Amino acid sequence: MLPDLGPKALVELLGLMLLARRFEEQLIELAQERDIGHFHVYIGQESTGIPALSLLEQGDLSFTNHRNHGHLIARGAEPGPMYAEILGRVTGYCRGKGGTLHLASAEHGFPTTSSATGGCIPPAVGAGLGFQRLGSDRVSVCLMGDGALEEGAWHESANIAAMEQLPVIFLCENNSLEALGQRAGEYPSSTMAASDLTELASVFGIESVAVNGLDTRAIYQTMAEAVDRARAGAGPTFIEARTVRWPGNRPIWPELATGKTELSMAWDTALIRDEYAIWYREQDGLLGFARELVTSGYLTTETALSLDRRASERVHEGLAFALDSPYPEPEEALEHVFAPRRG
Amino acid sequence: MLYAEAVVEALRRSIEDDERVHLMGQYFLGLTPHRTMVGDLYRKYPDRVYFPPIAELGYVGAGIGAAIAGLRPIVDCATASFTFQAFAQILNEAANIHYMSGGQTSVPMVIHYNHGVRGGGAAQHSHSPQAMMWNTPGLEIITPSHPADLIGLVLTAVASDNPTVWVDHVRLFETEGEVPDRIEPIPFGRASIRREGSDLTVFASSWMVHRSVEAAELLAGEGISVEVVDPRTLVPLDEEAILRSVAKTGRLLVVDECHLRCGVGSEIAATVAEHAHGDLLTPIRRLATLDVPVPFSAPMEEFVEPTVDKIVKAARSVVDGR
Repeated sequence: MLPDLGPKALVELLGLMLLARRFEEQLIELAQERDIGHFHVYIGQESTGIPALSLLEQGDLSFTNHRNHGHLIARGAEPGPMYAEILGRVTGYCRGKGGTLHLASAEHGFPTTSSATGGCIPPAVGAGLGFQRLGSDRVSVCLMGDGALEEGAWHESANIAAMEQLPVIFLCENNSLEALGQRAGEYPSSTMAASDLTELASVFGIESVAVNGLDTRAIYQTMAEAVDRARAGAGPTFIEARTVRWPGNRPIWPELATGKTELSMAWDTALIRDEYAIWYREQDGLLGFARELVTSGYLTTETALSLDRRASERVHEGLAFALDSPYPEPEEALEHVFAPRRG
Repeated sequence: MLYAEAVVEALRRSIEDDERVHLMGQYFLGLTPHRTMVGDLYRKYPDRVYFPPIAELGYVGAGIGAAIAGLRPIVDCATASFTFQAFAQILNEAANIHYMSGGQTSVPMVIHYNHGVRGGGAAQHSHSPQAMMWNTPGLEIITPSHPADLIGLVLTAVASDNPTVWVDHVRLFETEGEVPDRIEPIPFGRASIRREGSDLTVFASSWMVHRSVEAAELLAGEGISVEVVDPRTLVPLDEEAILRSVAKTGRLLVVDECHLRCGVGSEIAATVAEHAHGDLLTPIRRLATLDVPVPFSAPMEEFVEPTVDKIVKAARSVVDGR
């Protein structure tokens, strides 16, 4: 079901989903041509994070992890400086000091990105503590995977967030389920004794909800309630979004297992054929969202394809910008160890 | 003023001077009898204090986030050994954030701990982790040894946009020192010569400054003139002051409460060997806590830590070759 938003806002969400998808598909293609180091992709989770993060406002902070590309795009980061960062260029958001694992853009509400599993949780909670003590109505969002719940940082931080009723939203994207595993009834993760991840939050008295990560309406509504709760000073929320792990994420190095997304599959099911038919039909949230928009009459197929072309153009331009950008001078390695001393 | 009173004064001034300053944690003065003085501060400014659960990783990390959101937290880890629970946040997050964001984000927080042999702390309450932290670029480290320095350095630490580690020692709390009516912030990276001398430079920080000065007084009676250099901050380090003193005396003894291998003293010895080899009349000597976990029983404890007696003997051996 679609979020309760007007057609314009819904189409904008699709535009961001397409931008994130094309950004990473092009990245995987680039990695086949040249060594760009290890990276993690968000493909298959766009329909979760993009509607959720669209609810944030200027000044709200978000703390993400190694799988961050889609999150940054959701809040308006540009493909050019993102690619530049991933390729170690000086025009990257972090001037080449962070790379894909630590991609952060403070102007888009991502002050720092931790690639240590669970590393982002304590600072995300602390930002909530800061906002509360400053009397601000800003909120802090912790973007985490299910694996982060295995870290002690989760339990210490959840306790603090609950005891202080902090304006923090834990958006836990559970992508540990592969399509095959999910059908076999595997849940929730192969390395967690808990049988329901939300219990790991509700035990602290945190409002906890599990939603289907493919249900953009549920995601949007749940997140809207969480943001309202946080802004009103009514405390934290834990949202487990159950997403489906994209088959291309199964290997250690991402590969385009399902090919480059063919948007027309959203409305032309005759195009769906191979072994990944279930992915195209049921599990790719982006295709599902586009399908719903077209079916509901909010979007024509022509406009959809034109949006997609625009997304592809933007990522092409972004990559060209990055490839044309210089590397930092080696000596720049000596800068930014410390913030400038004043006085 | 008692050093313990200066700790409270530094916190009080920080709170009163800047409304963004909040205290997190409650054992700035450890479990010493002086701890009630901090309690008075908490009662006066209840809205500026956060008492966290026993969760060093969680609340130090929360300090990082709070700093990013706009506060200037002073976070207490109590006993230095407990910072190990928080190392992932101190070393892998706080120290790296400014750098890996390419300068976009700063973490203006202070992290306080009480280090070293406190008497009966044994292996899990006696660490001096400042060398480990020094080996992690991105942290400023202050090691005050006297009340006036402490207040001035903490004021600078609180105003700094960087994560600053405030290294304290419960044995300092009982010491006394002159404190002027109004203390200004003390710039980082400026060593203090605690005692002038001409035969030997002793480098010492934090509590070891006091033992070194006491040893120097005893040695003066034997006709050995010792200069005691107190760096006051390890990061940044006043290398020049150390080299200047060694150029004058031609000899260096490093006294350090870290364990010997890869301790603060090792770094100072290496720096002098690298830059002032030509000034040295005798080999550098390092005196540090022996490379064993700190034992509980008092005679063993004293056996492994740098004592006044050991400093005196080590100094004699450097100067006289005895």
